[in-house]
Amino acid sequence: MTNLLEVKNIETYYDLVYALRGVSFSVKTGSITAILGNNGAGKSTILKTIMGLIEDQPDKGSIEFEDAPIQHWDTDKIVRKGIAYVPEGREVFEELTVHEHLIMGAYIREDPSGVKKDIEQVYRYFPVLKQRTNQWAGTLSGGEQQMLAIGRALMLSPRLLILDEPSLGLSPILVKEIFSIIKEINLKGTTILLVEQNANMALSISSTGLILENGRFVMKGESKDLLEDKDVKEFYLGIKSETSAKGYQRWKRKKAWR
Amino acid sequence: MIDLIQMIVNGIAVGSSYALMGLAMVIIYKTSEVPNFAQGEMALISSFFAMMLLTSFNMSVYPAFVLTFVFAVILGCFLEFAILRRAKEPNVLGMIVITIGIEMILLGFVSWKFGAEQKTMPFPIGPYDSFIIGDIFISKLEVLTLVAALLLMSVLYLFFKYSKLGLAMKATQQNSVAAQIVGIRTNRILMMTWGISSLVGAVAGLLISPTIMHPFMMWDPMLKGFAAAVMGGMTSLPGVVIAAYMLGIIENLFGGYISIEFKTVVAFVIIVFVLCVRPSGLFARHYVKKV
Ligand SMILES: Nc1ncnc2c1ncn2[C@@H]1O[C@H](COP(=O)(O)OP(=O)(O)OP(=O)(O)O)[C@@H](O)[C@H]1O
Ligand SMILES: [Mg+2]
Repeated sequence: MTNLLEVKNIETYYDLVYALRGVSFSVKTGSITAILGNNGAGKSTILKTIMGLIEDQPDKGSIEFEDAPIQHWDTDKIVRKGIAYVPEGREVFEELTVHEHLIMGAYIREDPSGVKKDIEQVYRYFPVLKQRTNQWAGTLSGGEQQMLAIGRALMLSPRLLILDEPSLGLSPILVKEIFSIIKEINLKGTTILLVEQNANMALSISSTGLILENGRFVMKGESKDLLEDKDVKEFYLGIKSETSAKGYQRWKRKKAWR
Repeated sequence: MIDLIQMIVNGIAVGSSYALMGLAMVIIYKTSEVPNFAQGEMALISSFFAMMLLTSFNMSVYPAFVLTFVFAVILGCFLEFAILRRAKEPNVLGMIVITIGIEMILLGFVSWKFGAEQKTMPFPIGPYDSFIIGDIFISKLEVLTLVAALLLMSVLYLFFKYSKLGLAMKATQQNSVAAQIVGIRTNRILMMTWGISSLVGAVAGLLISPTIMHPFMMWDPMLKGFAAAVMGGMTSLPGVVIAAYMLGIIENLFGGYISIEFKTVVAFVIIVFVLCVRPSGLFARHYVKKV
């Protein structure tokens, strides 16, 4: 089994909004895969569809985890298969403490000693959380809440960790730190699917990159190649090529994507 | 002086049944943010179920009560599963209307099946069995109700505070999506809270039934229980119990010294006052959303 997750041609609607227009990709076991794209491209929608959080969706297509189809399953059942998800914008339990979050993260686990170890591990990754252990999550700073959301997901001891814009709203130093932790989690054996606006960071830690536009992938490739790609540089990394023939080149590239 | 003590004792006594109903409402509110107005009638139908077992089926008391508790749990789970869960894209207002609808249906059913007149419940302790300490009368039933209220409060408090399931119930209320993504079966959690809450209500109903037993028997305790729950902040279990006793005592003192006619109105004057002064209740420690 080389692909942990296999998404085939999914189409997702929000009522009449056609958000995903046939999306296919796979996540290799042990890899970090990054999905990039502009606001509103449908990145979060892909993740929510995988997690079964959009009712009756995907409308078409299939999602396979470890070769078993999981589309249209209840979210909790998908989670029980070993997929952890850090949603966009944290989604913490405001009136539960940090410690209680970690306990809840391990809700489906039956191995108290393993849970204990993993709590220690989360506190090692994020020492601030240890200082805040009895504080309500609602009173944490945005960055601390993001760490908590990641820590809570790790408590599942997942085989696949899905992260939606973990760098959102974090200071540059913290972004670096979070990405190095993500890398470390991956090296310890967890496969990772990452959605990011911070293309540079995402491509530098991932092995495969996918670029989404208007509910469709317009580019797929090895992350190191994408980092060198002119279009990606211009549109996602903010690095401009020669300015003289820009208008013409831009048109040409756009055309090449479709 | 004796009068005052007796009034306080009576206040604590009625406060206990308010406390039980308040607890029942708070349990559901804690997980779904819905004040369940069918709470009283759920307890009502459980009490009549017990009476039916005792009179029509000649069952003895303890098995009948155990069966009644089982019935109450199933009733709660069923109502959640069959009715509330069917609500598409529910909002709190819609849910409240649904609970009022359930209330009407249950009330109508009990009136139709059993008639509206006062019944006698063959309860092991009669309403007039009392302890007399000095010049103070305390009925045995009231003592039992007090014990039941305090015991259930403690058990529920420990359950929500320290058990994983209790924590999952709180988590479900605070953020249902987040609860799902840690693997909590939020539907099942809601169903369980309805079951537990219905059970607590049934205890209240059974303890009230020796004194009053007709289709409207739960109205007063349920409204006062709701008042206590609001005063207590809707989520704090000790809060609702303390508020229930305060309400019972104030009500009795008011009835004794000021006006007996307006005795039952006092509760609602207090609610209005509390909501104006401290909208989050007297005892709730609530996190206020930023943004
Ligand atoms: N609940 C919803 N109801 C209707 N339309 C929605 C809903 N959620 C998202 N959409 C639409 O679906 C499209 C994709 O949204 P999505 O949240 O997946 O974008 P995104 O790529 O994650 O963007 P961002 O980078 O800003 O997070 C957008 O056009 C959005 O307006
Ligand atoms: Mg998004």
